[in-house]
Amino acid sequence: MSKDRVYSEPGDRIVARQPVVEVHRYRGLTRLNHWITAILLILLLVSGLALFHPSLYGLTALFGGGQTTRWLHPFLGVALVISFTILALQLWKLNLIRREDITWAKNLDAVMKGEEERLPEVGKYNLGQKFIYWSMVFLILLLIATGIPIWYQYFPDVVTTETRRVMLLTHSIAAVLIILVFILHVYAAFWTKGTIRAMTRGTVTGGWAFRHHRKWLRELAGRQRVDPAE
Amino acid sequence: MSTETASQPVTAVANPPTVPLAAGFDARDLVRISATTQQPTPERQLTPVAKLIDVSKCIGCKACQTACVEWNDTIPEIEENVGVYENPHDLTPDMFTLMRFTEYENEETNNLEWLIRKDGCMHCEDPGCLKACPAPGAIVQYSNGIVDFIHENCIGCGYCISGCPFDIPRLSQRDHTVYKCTLCSDRVAVGQGPACAKACPTQAIVFGTKDDMKAHAEERIADLKSRGYDNAGLYDPAGVGGTHVMYVLHHADKPSLYEGLPDDPVIAGTVEAWKGPTKTIGLAAIALAAVGSIVHNVMTRPNAVSVNDERQAGDIVDAAAPPDSTPPRRDQA
Repeated sequence: MSKDRVYSEPGDRIVARQPVVEVHRYRGLTRLNHWITAILLILLLVSGLALFHPSLYGLTALFGGGQTTRWLHPFLGVALVISFTILALQLWKLNLIRREDITWAKNLDAVMKGEEERLPEVGKYNLGQKFIYWSMVFLILLLIATGIPIWYQYFPDVVTTETRRVMLLTHSIAAVLIILVFILHVYAAFWTKGTIRAMTRGTVTGGWAFRHHRKWLRELAGRQRVDPAE
Repeated sequence: MSTETASQPVTAVANPPTVPLAAGFDARDLVRISATTQQPTPERQLTPVAKLIDVSKCIGCKACQTACVEWNDTIPEIEENVGVYENPHDLTPDMFTLMRFTEYENEETNNLEWLIRKDGCMHCEDPGCLKACPAPGAIVQYSNGIVDFIHENCIGCGYCISGCPFDIPRLSQRDHTVYKCTLCSDRVAVGQGPACAKACPTQAIVFGTKDDMKAHAEERIADLKSRGYDNAGLYDPAGVGGTHVMYVLHHADKPSLYEGLPDDPVIAGTVEAWKGPTKTIGLAAIALAAVGSIVHNVMTRPNAVSVNDERQAGDIVDAAAPPDSTPPRRDQA
């Protein structure tokens, strides 16, 4: 008998029961792609901020000057869209909103205080993580859609000047928003202890899964096999 | 060699001085510098200058274009003749000024009017290009009103092109910097008027102090009105704080007749929003989020997994494990 996966995806499994339970959360290629995307995003926000506010223009020195920064930023953007698309296609399904997410959202104060016993059991992702996922999807789409028409070196004529002004404004607002989402993502991973190893070693402890993603843990517990032949 | 500095020219037609003179204005006279929070406050105020283009006196000879090319040492690309008078087809990084020709059928008089306008940088008092520019010192404005691009600081992003209400700057794909009319700042600095004004055979283009040019325009407008051009007037649009290149138009009530000269140019609201509140609120929001994270981290205990969490996880996993299995250990996995 083989139960359908609802809260987990292929590759997620219990890898150890002793001395503590250890659960596999992200495959090596996913982790690698995540860090490529992360590096690209950081380079993009540093180069973008340099051209966003005069007080940060000095950051262009990190890229070899203003001309190089201007040239490099859009290419980094295209690379990010490629790496992020691969990541997003792997993660979208378990980031769909479920009923328990609404209860989770209503108890945001418990989330902020880390009192997870007051929160419903959730699958591989909670609503906060889903919010980050969908914000990233939406904002990266917006950034590339507005970024191409303002890439003046190669696309001077794809839109009218008036439209390009709207694109410039939208691009900068979307950039501010994605930086806010990025800060939330990094801080949440840092504050929720035991999270970062999911993206470094690929595994989390059973206790972490029990505390934060109990439905995911229960499903994986029920899928343990002695024999790989099922 | 004399160390005397050149005084600002009050006309373009005078012969150049015969003794070498030091530049009459320089970086000390800047009033605006792009992408710079602290704007300079110069010790002296230069007399504002202006170029006045009397459209009604223009014969479309393009001597101004030729003079511009010659003085600035640009070589506009040779193009195909497609049956229109504009040559080249548009402003380019190598053509800072362009005669634009319009055939206008005036329904009131039943006349065909040939409207010729010399297009180029208007040297706005409130320059949209400078506002949009992200590179410190790439666009500057002197206290005499000249707006100039400093090419070694330009990064080639093209933001100025979006910022300009007149669609003037052009990006060079050769050196990836943006070019436009300098109002011959390098000539004006040594006491000479702009090359185009000097070359104009009908004095449709004149140069001097902005006050002189306005007074001269009044005379021209009075003359045009006496000839039946009731709507003749000066184009010195207030929406950009006035300009240091002005037109005398016979149809000043309809500037857009002249090959799309904006009726009421202003820096676009989108550009103002982008370079104003978005910049300040955006940076403040980012700073707030960073500080907020630190405060949250100080105020709350980290969300850490307890021994109890680990034990309960073990119970769930053990209970669901197949009966005949030996528990896998980390070193076996």
